[in-house]
Amino acid sequence: MLACLLLTAPLVAVAAEGVKLDRLPADVSPHDAISLQRGAHVYVNYCLGCHSAAYMRYERLRDFGLTESQIRDNLIFTGAKVGDLMKIAMDPKESKEWFGAPPPDLTLIARSRASGAGSGADWLYSYLRGFYRDPSRPTGWNNTVFPNVAMPHVLWQLQGEQVLRTEVRAIPRGSKGEVEKHELQRLVLEKPGSMSAAEYDRMVADLVNFLVYMGEPSRQFRIELGIYVLMFLGVMFVFAYLLKKEYWKDVH
Amino acid sequence: MAAAEKQPVAITWAGPLNGALSGLLTWIDQRFPLMSLWRDHLAEYYAPKNFNFWYYFGSLAMFVLVLQIVTGIFLTMHYKPDAAQAFASVEYIMRDVPAGWLIRYLHSTGASFFFIVVYLHMFRGLMYGSYRKPRELVWIIGMAIYLCLMAEAFFGYLLPWGQMSYWGAQVIVNLFDAIPWVGPTLAIWIRGDYVVADATLNRFFAFHVIAIPLLLLALVAAHIMALHEVGSNNPDGVEIKKVKDPKTGHPLDGIPFHPYYTVKDTLGVVVFLIVFGVILFFMPEFGGYFLEYNNFIPADPLKTPPHIAPVWYFTPFYSILRATTEDFMIYLALGVAAYVVLIWRTVADLRVRTAAAAVGAVLIFFMKGPEGLALDPKVWGVALMGVGTLIYFLLPWLDRSPVKSIRYKGPITKTALALFVVSFFVLGYLGTLSVTEGRTLAAQVFTFIYFAFFLLMPWYTRADKTRPEPERVTW
Repeated sequence: MLACLLLTAPLVAVAAEGVKLDRLPADVSPHDAISLQRGAHVYVNYCLGCHSAAYMRYERLRDFGLTESQIRDNLIFTGAKVGDLMKIAMDPKESKEWFGAPPPDLTLIARSRASGAGSGADWLYSYLRGFYRDPSRPTGWNNTVFPNVAMPHVLWQLQGEQVLRTEVRAIPRGSKGEVEKHELQRLVLEKPGSMSAAEYDRMVADLVNFLVYMGEPSRQFRIELGIYVLMFLGVMFVFAYLLKKEYWKDVH
Repeated sequence: MAAAEKQPVAITWAGPLNGALSGLLTWIDQRFPLMSLWRDHLAEYYAPKNFNFWYYFGSLAMFVLVLQIVTGIFLTMHYKPDAAQAFASVEYIMRDVPAGWLIRYLHSTGASFFFIVVYLHMFRGLMYGSYRKPRELVWIIGMAIYLCLMAEAFFGYLLPWGQMSYWGAQVIVNLFDAIPWVGPTLAIWIRGDYVVADATLNRFFAFHVIAIPLLLLALVAAHIMALHEVGSNNPDGVEIKKVKDPKTGHPLDGIPFHPYYTVKDTLGVVVFLIVFGVILFFMPEFGGYFLEYNNFIPADPLKTPPHIAPVWYFTPFYSILRATTEDFMIYLALGVAAYVVLIWRTVADLRVRTAAAAVGAVLIFFMKGPEGLALDPKVWGVALMGVGTLIYFLLPWLDRSPVKSIRYKGPITKTALALFVVSFFVLGYLGTLSVTEGRTLAAQVFTFIYFAFFLLMPWYTRADKTRPEPERVTW
């Protein structure tokens, strides 16, 4: 069991220019309503205590098949109405005192975390799986993707506790038996949590799926509409082309 | 009296409305020059028949201007120019306003495409010598439009009030700080505060939605009026007005703008919309170039992002600014000295030689003069960036080639233009990246090439071997 975990544990090369991000699994689909519902469920249970989603309304969760009463009964833990924005009660001044920085609003986190290294989804997927035990930090936690992050590992009961191990690997180079030494840092799960590694990864993937959705709820519709608009423009192109050709046939 | 002389309008289609419509047109025409405007600018505006691909971008720029104005009006209905509400109001548009996301993406994608089509339009002018006599004013008004467009984009970029909006504006306004003596006061006057703040947002909003658009519309009208006065250039750079049909008096190589170019430009608009649509619907951020990722974080005056880059259309000039370092000043001074020597040795007029030497000496003094008197390299960076945008105004007088079009210009001019395009792209690319030693060196080399294209133009265009222009336009 432990050997299996070691094999699936992500390899991270922590270098000066940043971390190589794991890709969000390709089978995570924005059309998958169950995945999005699960992600929303995780969000309101584990994230929304500290992280508002203040540009997002609860009622928008109907986008992936939830009814108003389902939202009210299962996803709203405060006195908020279904039409309200997903705000939090925490005072940013106080939270700044507690954590060093107020927990950021996460409505757009999947959009703002995109970079040359990968999409925002990749960053989040790597980040939420990158926490490890670090006694030197005030929270006792550190992160491979976000070094010295202020947030403790909120999902630790699910994932368990990882540690960061440094391994020196000798990689043969050239023909005369020369070796190049590579320092590799590897996350190792020391204490398993309530979920298996695969279950945890799937849950994080669903949460990221939801965060991506929340960054731009109209994204799916945008893409669908785009296909129709381009089909229309394709037809229009034919007419415009023929019209131009007809008018220009006498110009020599 | 003039109105009475006008010919009745010829309506070519038959139908019951025929009489009524022609009556209405006559009624209007006796009170407003509708038909003469129609004739002068569309139906009887003769344009060269050999316009190629590069001639789509003028009408496309007009199309994008209208698109930006219309989408801008709708955005203004929900946007709040208030530092506390601006960011949230944009997200409100993206989420809660019906089709708000579409309007917003049309506007944000349109902003980048405005620059794409305008840059291509300007490049067309560079290639075919559209700035040459008698079209100097068309070019100058066009350049004024370009400057307005830059101002419009700069003011508009602050409005979403994201991190890049905020810090980009902070960096650019701080440039004014560098101006000797009046700089700091000027920067505060522009911002309306000691840092970019609510007052800045409000005034930028006023500039973005009222002042600059008014100016833009007026300048575009002037651009077209000036163009239609002198007539369009073409890929051969020859004047179609020289060869006219003796019977009709119309240029033999000209065709009426309407219907020929109206149908052709319609095709252009459809193709444009296809490209535009692919980006708008499938990649509206365009890899962080059209909508910067950092701008999805609300502005935070206390948190400077590690890497501040303007949007892509400003990056060539931003690169020139950053290239002007302390180490670069000596090369800049040497460049000025070499340029003065070149003028001294090739220009016969003693007044020009003396003036060049005097200006050169002053420049060098303030670049590498004694400690305390030489200006901060930052000042020179701002100056170079300014000159880099304004130098286009001089093109009509810098180009001394006997021919207009690149088709008949010689190998030196062609190489110079190619190098210029390369330097524009390289500077643009470098401007999006963070600074390293190698990148700064590259930016410095390409800054020199960028300016050499303009400053050496009077010499290389004259020295170059040109081919004779044809009598009539070719395809």
